[in-house]
Amino acid sequence: MINITINDIKLQVPYGTTILDAAKMANIHIPTLCHLNLHDINMVNRTASCRVCLVEVEGRRNLAPACATECFEGMVVKTNTERAIRARRTMVELLLSDHPTDCLVCEKNGNCDLQRLAAELGIRKIRYEGEKSTYTKDSSSGALYRNPDKCIMCRRCETMCNEVQTCGIYSAVDRGFETVVAPAFNLPMIDTQCTFCGQCVSVCPTAALTEVSYVDKVWEALFDSEKYVIAQTAPAIRVALGEEFGLNPGDNVTGKMVAALRRLGFKKVFDTNFAADVTIVEEAKEFIDRLNGKGRLPILTSCCPSWVKFIEHQFPELLDIPSTCKSPHMMFGAIAKTYFAEKFNIDPEKIVVVSIMPCIAKKYEIQRKEFKHGNLQDVDYVITTREFARMIREAGLDFTKLPDEDFDNPLGESTGAAVIFGATGGVIEAALRTAYEWITGESLGNVEFNEVRGLKGFKEATVKIKDMDIKIGVANGLGNARKLLEDIRDGKRFYHAIEIMACPGGCINGGGQPYHHGNLDIVKARLEALYKLDKSKPLRKSHENPAVIQMYKEYIGEIGGEKAHKLLHTHYTKREKI
Amino acid sequence: MPKYEVDEAKLRQLEEYIDSLSNKEGALIPVLYKAQEIFGYLPKDVQLFIARKLGIFAAKVYGVTTFYSYFTMQPRGKHVINICMGTACFVKGADKILEEIKKELDIKEGNMSKDGMFSVDTLRCVGACGLAPVVMVDGKVYGRVKVEDVKGILDEYRKREG
Ligand code: SF4
Ligand code: SF4
Ligand code: FES
Ligand code: FES
Repeated sequence: MINITINDIKLQVPYGTTILDAAKMANIHIPTLCHLNLHDINMVNRTASCRVCLVEVEGRRNLAPACATECFEGMVVKTNTERAIRARRTMVELLLSDHPTDCLVCEKNGNCDLQRLAAELGIRKIRYEGEKSTYTKDSSSGALYRNPDKCIMCRRCETMCNEVQTCGIYSAVDRGFETVVAPAFNLPMIDTQCTFCGQCVSVCPTAALTEVSYVDKVWEALFDSEKYVIAQTAPAIRVALGEEFGLNPGDNVTGKMVAALRRLGFKKVFDTNFAADVTIVEEAKEFIDRLNGKGRLPILTSCCPSWVKFIEHQFPELLDIPSTCKSPHMMFGAIAKTYFAEKFNIDPEKIVVVSIMPCIAKKYEIQRKEFKHGNLQDVDYVITTREFARMIREAGLDFTKLPDEDFDNPLGESTGAAVIFGATGGVIEAALRTAYEWITGESLGNVEFNEVRGLKGFKEATVKIKDMDIKIGVANGLGNARKLLEDIRDGKRFYHAIEIMACPGGCINGGGQPYHHGNLDIVKARLEALYKLDKSKPLRKSHENPAVIQMYKEYIGEIGGEKAHKLLHTHYTKREKI
Repeated sequence: MPKYEVDEAKLRQLEEYIDSLSNKEGALIPVLYKAQEIFGYLPKDVQLFIARKLGIFAAKVYGVTTFYSYFTMQPRGKHVINICMGTACFVKGADKILEEIKKELDIKEGNMSKDGMFSVDTLRCVGACGLAPVVMVDGKVYGRVKVEDVKGILDEYRKREG
């Protein structure tokens, strides 16, 4: 421990503590911008590039950046001297001098760290008139939107993408005033190995990185009387949406969410959870087939389009091991435009499927050519939790006062196994519940597999099924997935089944969720909420979902059969590393 | 192996060089030097090849290439023409000289002529304002250049090649 003084407060801090962290212990606030510490997922952005956190250290001529300066014995720090306050304000003014000032119409209005800082430091005028850089904007992927004009060079995205996701899309390019964070050769994002996980979007302090928005398209469809617009909602959004309206992270707002969708004009409000149950019966069947020697082990889950694109670029030699199951919302799209359309006698050409997702990658996924049949696309639009909240506001709905309503039938029915799809470990747990019963022919007493739960980047478990020891691996975050896959490829580790989700923590921390602003306790609260929801469900095994059983009986036939394959399965494509 | 749209013999030469390195970590800059020596410039596919060969991200390689002014992604001609665009030269009509050279060679600034003979760049004041406007070819200085002189200067180098 070392002794330091901050603003006349004496305190003891462990070795290696930064001034910023020490100040926090003393309840002293120092503004920051580029700094970001997500210790739960081992990401710290240490670029110290913005200098918004400058403080005075006695005996030093220059001001020190609090986020990057470690305390030493006897250090005396002053955060609120005239010089420090002025310097911090100047730094923000300089940033603003090369920043567009279109806050009023900016995507991040109200959610921007730079805007918040300008308010916090009381900036009323930008004294520096500088040349403003203009760069090409990029929406080539239809998923991720890059506007480098709003980049403040904090390089959080670069740290996230390189160190956590190991995709290495961004680098500082060019020098001096021209410097910008950009992909290799300034390529359009769609031509890179970007997986569109959107984790860079989650940590970007400004609107330099956001999602490509489809709100206007969805409104257009809703106001078109020729169209039959239906919604499906991902498991992870119902425990996060409330945050956009001042509720607590993890508050379950399923009923209000359904009510809101109805009031926005959706003809039917369905649940992706229904399709998650379908995914499980298909995947469990495929798993059992592979256990019986039909195909290679391990089987990898394929619910996450970001992770799918990752394996296509990074491990093209392993493309025979992911399950061929489509992701749940894609299954839903296919089911809606066939089974549902036929059953209710609706022209599939008129049906518009809107997926409300915690995810940006799914905006990319729906455009893949495997999911187009003639001019029919399985899913028409994907909007994020954030975009959905925007629509609720635009419609003037008082969200917290809405009544709780139920999903429509038949594609609104689901089990507890489906709702945990939103969290890391949830898909494999759901699959185990079904596979266990199908293999043993016995009913599973305790359906909770605690070893595969929680936010840890990698988890494993061994489950006894009959006389077999089934080895399970679970990875979340693409860096963790990469390590695991390298070992699988090199034959260093063996598992029977592996679940991978691209986002650290799973979809509850997806790139389209309400911004966490660096506080991952929010994600933990969402996680717990999903498991609570599972517990509250009368049915907790996918194969017991009566609506699913009925659909197979009426329409699809055999699980894993020919029609199932046509509607519910897909294939993968080798892609280059770039 | 993915296809690279560059001279294969040169690519093999680069590969041999990279394979000969005992330590590939931190080798990026020397490898880029070597590659530019071999190819004369660093086209996208050469950078991609280097990235994959060294096991680093393409974006990182591109970041380094664009950071150092020594590296170029444009092919260079046998003879490099530099035109000073400093204030003195500009006032004396350097822009017209540049236009004339581009017309004569049928190229854009920063590019190489189709025959591979010349490439054209501009510079800021080279410290010879008394001679404005100034044109340099491979470091040789031509002062008080007039538009009519351009063809003669270029011919000097064309003749040399026969
Ligand atoms: S979306 Fe994901 S993979 Fe793509 S640049 Fe951002 S962090 Fe990297
Ligand atoms: S983990 Fe979930 S939110 Fe993240 S990219 Fe995958 S599917 Fe989307
Ligand atoms: S927050 Fe400390 S330098 Fe940016
Ligand atoms: S301006 Fe051309 S040499 Fe100085």
